[in-house]
Amino acid sequence: MNIELHDISRVYGESRALHSLNLSIGESVRVLALIGPSGGGKSTLLRLLGGLEVPDTGEIRIGGKNLPKDEAGLLAHRRANGYVFQSFNLFPHLDASSNVALPLIKVHGRGESEARSLAQASLERFGLGAHARKFPAELSGGQQQRVALARAIVSKPKLLLLDEPTSALDPEMTSEVLEVVAELCRDGQEIILATHEMGFARAVADQIVFLDEGSISETGPPDQLFDRPTHEVVKRFLGKVMRW
Amino acid sequence: MTHFFDRPLVKKALPWLLVFLLGVSFSFFLFVLLTHDYHWSRVGKYWGNLVRGWGLTIGLSAVALLLSTLFAAILTAGQLSRLAPARWLSRCYVEVIRGTPLLVQIMIGSYMMANALGIDNKLGEGMVILSAFSAAYLSEIFRAGIESIPLSQRISAMAVGFTPTQTYRYVIIPQTIRRILPATAGQFANLVKDSSLLYVIGLPEFTSQAREVHSNSYAGFAVYLPLAIGYLILTIPISLWTRRMEERFRYEH
Ligand SMILES: Nc1ncnc2c1ncn2[C@@H]1O[C@H](COP(=O)(O)OP(=O)(O)O)[C@@H](O)[C@H]1O
Ligand SMILES: [Mg+2]
Repeated sequence: MNIELHDISRVYGESRALHSLNLSIGESVRVLALIGPSGGGKSTLLRLLGGLEVPDTGEIRIGGKNLPKDEAGLLAHRRANGYVFQSFNLFPHLDASSNVALPLIKVHGRGESEARSLAQASLERFGLGAHARKFPAELSGGQQQRVALARAIVSKPKLLLLDEPTSALDPEMTSEVLEVVAELCRDGQEIILATHEMGFARAVADQIVFLDEGSISETGPPDQLFDRPTHEVVKRFLGKVMRW
Repeated sequence: MTHFFDRPLVKKALPWLLVFLLGVSFSFFLFVLLTHDYHWSRVGKYWGNLVRGWGLTIGLSAVALLLSTLFAAILTAGQLSRLAPARWLSRCYVEVIRGTPLLVQIMIGSYMMANALGIDNKLGEGMVILSAFSAAYLSEIFRAGIESIPLSQRISAMAVGFTPTQTYRYVIIPQTIRRILPATAGQFANLVKDSSLLYVIGLPEFTSQAREVHSNSYAGFAVYLPLAIGYLILTIPISLWTRRMEERFRYEH
């Protein structure tokens, strides 16, 4: 992925979620992991990258092009990328198949039967073939997140943005979802992932960005960042989360 | 010391006491109904009037139901609008309608407004007044329903690439309808029952006809019992239908 952030800031009322972020991600990076303490700015950065919000200052360049700031341009950007949040991704009034198929039909202009078979294929890929007709309330948390992933990738997104997709799940479901994400990584899907699963970040990411209080404390390849962190905050954070 | 209602004996006896009281009331009610000396023969030649009144109530309610839903949709859009004047106007309207009795609205609407406009069509006036009244309540149901859909749904809809219009059409409205169904059906049943107040402007709907039949025949209960049953025949299906829908939407939230 080719992403550049120039002087990105985002303020919510009193709280500065991001300030003056500068970052350049090279073409060789396919999976980028955002880590750091809660409130550090991971979700905010993902929302900006996904075109759900616009920065208060600065420019984001993806693939050499400035990310648009007008509504039409943002809509096109959102349609080209996939997004999965921590929870409540699915539409509760639609079954799994319709959750995946509806955006294909209404947003990507596919025909009903084509959308249905693409949805079925996408669900089967994540081991959900038998659950296509179930409503979200009838699925486990892990299954719901896999449906959300199936929906996010079925339109072949350029970038897949994942905001702590397993943080609301118990350990067993966490690993069933991470399995699916790992498979997407192996298949070459470009992913930006905010996570608290350090082991997973280390295993799949090409580069790690550590965000704290709206700034990048440190960034680098996983081995370097996890084994030889230089920044005091990063050392302390890793010391805490890796202790057990 | 345990609270009076928490004592074991009281806890056991209380439900039975309630059942007993309900049973007594119900028996009394049935007793009056069954032992009453009905003057069915006095209604005799007036059955036609009652049936015509019932028919008018059905037609009138059906039109008012559609009209009030449409009007309520506009009021809801007004209340949720980004334009402050649209919000104030709809808010004002809802408060005024909900803060005054229907009877007063019927009289003001028919004797003052319709007169001032030079309109003299009791049926039309009745339908518009009833719709205007019911729309205020419906729009409160609609607005609360829409506002109850969590923000995460809008964000998810945005993330899959829906436009704001598509978000309403495919995400917000379908979920809202499922949630507001019981309250909306209740309001529809109210509308049917409230139409009975239109007798005051001389609209020959069901209640009006029953009053007239009674004053001509002194048939009493023999008119009022069919009157009550006539309304139940309209309201009970609404309530049964809602239950079925709620059952169907159980998993779909
Ligand atoms: N919608 C919002 N309104 C107000 N404050 C927000 C909002 N979103 C994020 N913030 C604030 O911005 C900061 C960064 O939050 P966030 O991006 O969610 O961090 P993270 O995802 O790393 O936990 C926090 O202080 C948070 O309270
Ligand atoms: Mg977050």
